[in-house]
Amino acid sequence: MASTELDLPAASRAAPVRWRLPGTGWRLVSPLALLALWQLASSTGLLPERLLAAPSAVAATALDLVSSGTLPEALAVSLGRVAAGFSVGAVAGVGLALVAGLSRAGEYAVDPPMQMLRALPLFGLIPLFILWFGIGETPKVTLLALGVAFPLYLNTFAGIRGVDAKLAEVAEVLRLSRGELIRHVVLPGALPQVLVGLRQSLGVGWLVLIVAEQVNADSGLGYMINDAREFLRTDVIVVGLLVYCALGLVTDWLVRLLERRALAWRRGLLG
Amino acid sequence: MATRAARLSAEPAAGQAATVRGLTRSFGDRRVLGGIDLDIARGEFVALLGRSGSGKSTLLRVLAGLDREARGEIGVDAAVAVSFQEPRLVPWKRVLANVALGLRGHDPVGRARAALAEVGLTKHLNAWPLTLSGGEAQRVSLARALVREPALLLLDEPFGALDALTRISMHRLVLDLWERHRPGILLVTHDVDEALLLADRVLVLDEGRIAHESAVPLARPRHRDHHDLVALRAGLLRRLGVDPEETA
Ligand SMILES: Nc1ncnc2c1ncn2[C@@H]1O[C@H](COP(=O)(O)OP(=O)(O)OP(=O)(O)O)[C@@H](O)[C@H]1O
Ligand SMILES: [Mg+2]
Repeated sequence: MASTELDLPAASRAAPVRWRLPGTGWRLVSPLALLALWQLASSTGLLPERLLAAPSAVAATALDLVSSGTLPEALAVSLGRVAAGFSVGAVAGVGLALVAGLSRAGEYAVDPPMQMLRALPLFGLIPLFILWFGIGETPKVTLLALGVAFPLYLNTFAGIRGVDAKLAEVAEVLRLSRGELIRHVVLPGALPQVLVGLRQSLGVGWLVLIVAEQVNADSGLGYMINDAREFLRTDVIVVGLLVYCALGLVTDWLVRLLERRALAWRRGLLG
Repeated sequence: MATRAARLSAEPAAGQAATVRGLTRSFGDRRVLGGIDLDIARGEFVALLGRSGSGKSTLLRVLAGLDREARGEIGVDAAVAVSFQEPRLVPWKRVLANVALGLRGHDPVGRARAALAEVGLTKHLNAWPLTLSGGEAQRVSLARALVREPALLLLDEPFGALDALTRISMHRLVLDLWERHRPGILLVTHDVDEALLLADRVLVLDEGRIAHESAVPLARPRHRDHHDLVALRAGLLRRLGVDPEETA
């Protein structure tokens, strides 16, 4: 009995030493292996460049595109579109949700049409938008604004209506004015849900951007990708896709950061 | 408050913190309060006992001005404050801001800080409510009510969720604060001992009416085995439908 107890720790100590790698390190192993496999397949000609460029070619092209100014220029145009579409959509979505959420009359006026419009397939509107707005920036920005507005509207509205009625009673016994009730109780109470909406709307926003830029554009990331297709430049296409990826990740990270700051009061609970 | 449509008189009788006559409240066909007459004098400590579902919280909500469907003559001092059964702190406001919320007049934050010092929470001014213990949160709720210098303080089972030891220190705290500020207090509780230790007068709510009333003319602090209290307790328990012999 005593001897096995002495032996055990030594045996179990040996095992983890052999495989010591931090958790994140482990998670990198299989992606790196896939990347190596991809490179190998390209180098041996198994994966023709016409279908997919090698990782090394993609990296070289990325550097080229940056130093030639093509990528920064395209990126600036696309970011400009998103910024314009997002601002318009966010203001409209949150604004309408405030109108609908804060009064019954506002709800009756705003919510039914919003619920109906929400059922429209966003991308199905593209032909109509081209007829209405031509093929310039307006249809793209409008499509983006619509895509962004709905998740924000729905979540903000639900957030406002979901505020704990018991806290509204507290506001009443503390004699808060209506303005104070909205400022101190309703809006902060709705904020977690608004941030969920923000995250969703950014996701939709990037998707709309990609689609809108594919349909017709003479500048921007989508144009860069489309143009590359004509010349079978799969390396440029992959670079474009990676940039879209990075943009999505960056905005998601920004929202997380915002959440961490704005919802600090929940941290006590969530650890 | 501006929203007392059901009230025939909004002011209590002179010297009273609350005067209620013929108060009724029904939910659908169910009459929960069927003609309540109640006076709470300024500076008087009244405890309200009753079985679960007897309408204690309903009565308290009427007095707090939270119920617009009640009928009857209801006069309540404008300076009424409430502490609910759950502390109901605003979770996204730090402790100090919770107490100062909606506070008017001179130096709200300074007064809020003083109120928190009175309930012994100086160390937690900047804490988020969700990080407080149950007893601490309840004390913040008490400070938030007291800082408004109420003429009538409504307490709905404020100690219901607390452990026995915390309860005892909360009893002391409430008595202490009451003696210092002298608001009229209506304490809703289902704990006969708590009522007898704290109140000047104990009411029993049953079948929608004040079915019984006992004055407790004893000096504080009181001890639960004082022979007068023992007799009162037996009487109240019988009123509540409990055989005192069984609980002893
Ligand atoms: N908003 C409401 N709608 C319908 N019925 C209600 C409502 N509020 C209270 N009641 C009913 O009125 C009765 C009295 O409720 P109340 O909350 O006043 O009881 P209570 O004496 O405070 O009980 P407890 O000691 O369990 O807190 C209960 O039967 C309850 O179901
Ligand atoms: Mg109750």
